[in-house]
Amino acid sequence: MQNELKVVSNATCTFCGCVCDDIELTVEGTHITKAKNACVLGKAWFLNHQGGDGPAARIRGKESTVEEAVEEAARILVNARFPIIYGLSDTTCEAQRIAVAIADWVGASVDTTTSVCHGPSGMAFQGVGEITCSLGEVRNRADLVIFWGSNPAESHPRHWGRYSTMPKGLFVPNGRKDRTVVLVDVRRTKSAPAADIFLQIKPRKDFEVLWMLRALVKGIPIQESDLADTGVTLEQLQNLVDKMKACKFGVLFFGMGLSMTRGKHLNVEAALALARDLNAFTRFYANPMRGHGNVTGADNVVSWQTGYPFGVNLGRGYPRFNPGEFTTTDTLARKEADAAMIIASDPMGNFSQEAREHLQGIPFIALDTKETSTTRAAAVSFTTATYGINVPGTVYRMDDVPIPLRPAFESPYPSDEKILHALEKKVLQLLREKLQAAN
Amino acid sequence: MNKNDEELFVLISGRSTRQGTSLNESKFSKEYIEETGVVQICPEDMARLGLVAGDIVCLRADQRSINIPCVASKEKELPSGLLFMAYGDWSSRLMGSDTHGTGMPNSKGTDVFLSKVCSSKTD
Amino acid sequence: MSITFIKGGKVYDPVNGVNGEIRDIWIKDGKIIPPPVDPAESPQKVIDATGRIIMPGGVDMHCHIAGPKVNLARKMRPEDKRHAPHVSRTSLTRSGTIGSVPSTFATGYLYAGLGYTTAFDAAVPPLSARHAHEELQDTPIIDKGFFLLLGNNHYALQQIAANDPEKLRSFTSWLLESAKGYAIKLVNPGGVEVWKSGGAKICEIDEDIGHFKCTPRQIIKGLSQTAMDIGLPHPVHIHCNNLGIPGNWRTTLSTMDALEGRRAHLTHIQFHSYGGEPDDQGKFCSKVQELSDFVNSHPEVTVDVGQVLFGETTSMTGDGPLGYYLHKVTGRKWTSADTEMEAGCGIVPMVYKEKSFVNALQWAIGLEWYLLVKDPWQIAMSTDHPNGGSFLAYPEIIQLLMDRNYRREVLKRVHPRVLERSCLKDLDREYTLNEIAIITRAGPARMLGLKNKGHLGVGADGDITIYNESSNILAMFELPFMVIKYGKVVVEKSEIRLQVPGNTLHVSPSFDDGLVGDIRKWFESYYTIQFENYPVTADYLSGGGTMIPCSKK
Repeated sequence: MQNELKVVSNATCTFCGCVCDDIELTVEGTHITKAKNACVLGKAWFLNHQGGDGPAARIRGKESTVEEAVEEAARILVNARFPIIYGLSDTTCEAQRIAVAIADWVGASVDTTTSVCHGPSGMAFQGVGEITCSLGEVRNRADLVIFWGSNPAESHPRHWGRYSTMPKGLFVPNGRKDRTVVLVDVRRTKSAPAADIFLQIKPRKDFEVLWMLRALVKGIPIQESDLADTGVTLEQLQNLVDKMKACKFGVLFFGMGLSMTRGKHLNVEAALALARDLNAFTRFYANPMRGHGNVTGADNVVSWQTGYPFGVNLGRGYPRFNPGEFTTTDTLARKEADAAMIIASDPMGNFSQEAREHLQGIPFIALDTKETSTTRAAAVSFTTATYGINVPGTVYRMDDVPIPLRPAFESPYPSDEKILHALEKKVLQLLREKLQAAN
Repeated sequence: MNKNDEELFVLISGRSTRQGTSLNESKFSKEYIEETGVVQICPEDMARLGLVAGDIVCLRADQRSINIPCVASKEKELPSGLLFMAYGDWSSRLMGSDTHGTGMPNSKGTDVFLSKVCSSKTD
Repeated sequence: MSITFIKGGKVYDPVNGVNGEIRDIWIKDGKIIPPPVDPAESPQKVIDATGRIIMPGGVDMHCHIAGPKVNLARKMRPEDKRHAPHVSRTSLTRSGTIGSVPSTFATGYLYAGLGYTTAFDAAVPPLSARHAHEELQDTPIIDKGFFLLLGNNHYALQQIAANDPEKLRSFTSWLLESAKGYAIKLVNPGGVEVWKSGGAKICEIDEDIGHFKCTPRQIIKGLSQTAMDIGLPHPVHIHCNNLGIPGNWRTTLSTMDALEGRRAHLTHIQFHSYGGEPDDQGKFCSKVQELSDFVNSHPEVTVDVGQVLFGETTSMTGDGPLGYYLHKVTGRKWTSADTEMEAGCGIVPMVYKEKSFVNALQWAIGLEWYLLVKDPWQIAMSTDHPNGGSFLAYPEIIQLLMDRNYRREVLKRVHPRVLERSCLKDLDREYTLNEIAIITRAGPARMLGLKNKGHLGVGADGDITIYNESSNILAMFELPFMVIKYGKVVVEKSEIRLQVPGNTLHVSPSFDDGLVGDIRKWFESYYTIQFENYPVTADYLSGGGTMIPCSKK
């Protein structure tokens, strides 16, 4: 049995939002030795995969059984007055669905890493809508591809090759030759050499430049002086507008350069409105460059179960939505949350100091595939199996296309789904007991 | 640059290939810590401020500050006045917790004051 | 083994010719059985329905409740929910939001609460089928399924252009099986592809669809024939070209003609019955008379209405160019989402106003349809939820149909020009309870080919709604006394008593394996996911799923 050689075809890489599902894995026992078709990030994801090596569960740092840990976790959540559940972008939809259920039963806030990546894009979408498409539409039709505030060469290495700039498609039979590629960024990133046109704008001037583009598209005259301090000239913008109007199918891929910079949802609204306006002339789309493997699934699951995409509070017994109020950075930094469950995310390693300090002071549960600052500080921590490598399930690509996972080998650790399923059962039991005691 | 002299920069944090690949091993791996624990400054600013690779600089945003080694960015990747850090623990420590009603703290394009702490040679 | 006995109710079961007679009903293991003769078979549950009305569970044959466009609408419209009532969590049930696009659990509870036990989502792109199934798994109690968008699918268009019915049939079967879908849906056949290719819109059904060298008429002919050849339980389900455009009644009539006697269902027909000129609102008028004449003389054609109700709602459609049109008309936010090789999508917030001439006429046109189609078996109740309004408005529609005085009262409130542009004021017809039972359950079940639903004969599913008999029609239909799903009480006094998963209904037609290679070659040339990762496996089916057989040729 040991080191039996196995090939898994059509495996799905969940490292980034590209969710490439054409990976061919060679598996020797519990090691993946080859990951054909994977990019540098995907190869690292599969080949350097380090499943945890500690115990499956810990309570306050001490090894425990999974059952004991589930019971303690349930107690923490049920006894809390303002519990929060956060993370969720690096696990399957099946696990996400149970996590939202638990949030519902205990009256928690449920929020995903969307709130600190494209949450503002979600708010912009609520403002103006979004003209979007699946990535295959881009592959088959796009003759103008713009990346704005995104560095796919480093963050989504196969985006160009699989979806956006290189592939030959139905109406772009010559692939890259049939396309014009534009990059807009404040840095001359590693993506710049691949673009036909690079516009280097000044930091924090995205909104201004996008708004001027909207004006030019609508034929509203602007002056060179309107562009002061933006880093671009009127000629550059007019040239871009001419290309946008003349293309047959244009697409604007926007990254966190818009959503994380001052202005946030307003920056993204400007991008979405620009793409929308261009539909008076041609077909034009705007798509977010989503980061984590299943952050798009998290948005979908939270939306279909609660009606809102992230930052949802269930404390009153029904969903309420308010970014800034129920989003995790805020509930932690304002010291409102009194317990938490963190699933597949590391806020102790990437949140603001204030938020980290408060999280450290409250009892919280962490589920992760390996040790992080967050699992180290958790009252109850679970080591779980890795989705896509050990665990089957569903993930959504950045364009909302759902894709199944084909695991390579079994992990000695349980999946998030399994832990959460047991936790939901325990939570319901404790809630029933509480109700009976109250009566 | 004299010690305690501060100069205003704009800091961008973002993904890098190495940050992404080393993440898979562990956030406690040497490579990840190296990649995310350094600030990139454009060569002209390095020269102007008399900084060499490995010098420790202090980055301060409001009351938050970190001491971190610096390195020159690849040619032309950064314009003068812009800093880059691979997204991670250190870059996040400079981030405020005010989300302006969005859930998202400013984490790109933030104002930071840079000052020199000590040079790598004397360290 | 579990037996439920419903005693002494006044039963409306049009399929079996039972029209308001006092009958007992026995259900065993989820199915209706004859009264047991063996005294050992005593019921575990006895429900006294004396003084109450019994109908089969409602069947909504055309709504938008699951899948990508529904979820985009949820994400886009927080404002739609903030001031709307909500569904609170109980110890048994999940919480949710309502508005015009309820969250999934809320959708299941609200349908069940209204006495509906089956509902079909009308437009899912095959590439997103997995998503729709995941939502249906989280939509409890009701049985459900969806129609697959095919009228702008590239492979289908190619076979239609090449006049290769064999390949078209195999492809359609393969697609239905892969997606675990239920029926073939055409949305603006060919017109969505024209829009996606940068064109304006298709005006006539004999216009060529650019690069595909075929016409909407050929698509309608080809796929209506395919549905019959496969023996699908539901015939082709058509959303005609030119939805919402004044003067579109000609397109609708041409579509009916293009069927050449084949079976078909024309959906939300209200939106396709407009006279006048595209650019002249002044001439906008009803053409229901002309179109219903056709339906009245063609029993092979059925329709659902897509009734408009006054108030705020969300328009959502697989008709991409329609989304743009509505955005231009309303000036409101707009979402569009195109799917590679397959489909489009448009979402726009809508308000239908009594005092708007256009909206009021749309309202009247819907009612004209209910009142002018002579055979109620040919017309199903729908709001095209949420396009014309929420499914929660069905009791309101029932009241409008059963009570002409109420209808006339509302007619007095709406824009006065409706009186001259519609014949509604002259229509005296009032629906009977038996006819209501037909257009809300028996008829749609028959149109869908669901032999075990929509009636209470032996062998039927034990899906039953018990209403309090009342002269207050609205109250009677808004708050059923009890709802039974597969023999189990799921709703009592408008509270959910039991949360069952509900089954996903799908078809599984056979196809020529030899043609899959050709499909695969096409697929691998253009799609961005792997061919092997496209089919949806059976574990995505809610409640384990129920396969509805295709009829043999």
